Amino acid sequence: MNAILSLVVSSLAVFGLVVIAFLGVWGAHLEWLFGVIIPYLAAITFFVGIVYRVVQWAKSPVPFRIPSTCAQQKSLPWLKYGYAEKIDNPVSTAGVVGRMILEVLCFRSLFRNTRLEFGTGDEIKYKSAKWLWLAAIVFHYCFLVIILRHLRFFTEPMPFFVEIIENIDGFFQILLPTVYQSGFLLGAALTFLLLRRLLDPKLRYISLPADYFPLFLILAIATTGILMRYVLKADVVSIKELTMGLVTFQPKIPEGVSVIFYIHLFLVSILFAYFPFSKLVHMAGVFLSPTRNLSNNSRIVRHINPWNYPVKVHTYDAYEDEFRERMIEAGLPVEKEAASPSDKE
Amino acid sequence: MYDGGKIITGIIIGLVFLTFPIWYTHGTVPPRPEVKLPVKEKECVEPRPYMKTKHMQLLDLWRDSAVRVGKRSYIAFNGKKYNMSLQNTCMSKDCHAKKTEFCDECHNYTGVVPYCWDCHIEPKKEPKEKPEEKH
Repeated sequence: MNAILSLVVSSLAVFGLVVIAFLGVWGAHLEWLFGVIIPYLAAITFFVGIVYRVVQWAKSPVPFRIPSTCAQQKSLPWLKYGYAEKIDNPVSTAGVVGRMILEVLCFRSLFRNTRLEFGTGDEIKYKSAKWLWLAAIVFHYCFLVIILRHLRFFTEPMPFFVEIIENIDGFFQILLPTVYQSGFLLGAALTFLLLRRLLDPKLRYISLPADYFPLFLILAIATTGILMRYVLKADVVSIKELTMGLVTFQPKIPEGVSVIFYIHLFLVSILFAYFPFSKLVHMAGVFLSPTRNLSNNSRIVRHINPWNYPVKVHTYDAYEDEFRERMIEAGLPVEKEAASPSDKE
Repeated sequence: MYDGGKIITGIIIGLVFLTFPIWYTHGTVPPRPEVKLPVKEKECVEPRPYMKTKHMQLLDLWRDSAVRVGKRSYIAFNGKKYNMSLQNTCMSKDCHAKKTEFCDECHNYTGVVPYCWDCHIEPKKEPKEKPEEKH
């Protein structure tokens, strides 16, 4: 699918979702459908889907270690194997844990991203390319902060860390209600990630609707959220009544919840339901990436392929036992001489 | 399944994190906050739906107008003139006199910690004299 068509399909899909929620609540008054039934179905799809995907991955054997590493393998004692090597090319569980922590929390693989470029003339060089890493880490951490901030709608009383996060997020105390940087940084990072796909011809060529759709969907979620908080405003008390009803399994549709909230909730529900079927499932998948979570101990431990079927072996000893007499008759050399006749009887 | 123990532990840890709000609230629905509305005064400076969702923006406007411009009179939607003051107008004796019975109700429920109180103090329960007359 070419870039234009991908963009049209994915943006129309998100726009269609907004229209569905708008017409469903504003026109057809299906508050129960959009406020209770769809969020529950989405949550069930999310949890069942993720667990299913993880179990499916766990069923695939990874028989051999995949040492796609950037450091010296543990080898002879005079080859340097220091702290960096212990994390980059681990042989122990501790090393693997260190590598996973750096991967999951710091996106180390992205940090190593390089770009092949022409220098002067025929010279080519690999340049460090950190923009993707920067946008990715800003996006992911902002999203985490936003999700944690939303706990104020799902818990009563709020856990202590929510207020701390809110204070840091609204540090600059701009406007009222206080501007949370995370929402706007998230939008900026998403815009960069989208432009990156659109402006780089190589990336544009490999980008599919499955790449654009999540970007547009999350952008739409951020936009509706920002609109609701700063511009259109919403009856927060009623919204919390609704969300607390969901989380305590005593659903309720209070009066006075505006349509924009249902659009926001519907888009979030779609995101959750879409999660297990899409590339977004890397949230769980990152923990199961074989190049990151396997120690490189191929020279220390023997790894046996789990799908090796049992091979019937006939060792030379057994073979000679079976044919010794005939071998001697034929004048072939044998390792053990024939048993003496007295033994035979 | 390979490494079943690790996989199941991982799934359980993930589920525990992701279902945090469910087991944290364990099914208790907090009661909807009930604010105590003033008895004497029937109308606020703006209509009720406006005040419900946009009071913070109004107060922000008042703050800028009073502190930065020095303009303190506000013409309400019904044409009445008000003195822009959180402590003396909004929280006067006849209106929302008690922070705990008005402001805090919804703010606590929705986990909002407004920074009004970084500068302002809530009026005493039974103010014997107005703050202006003090000096």
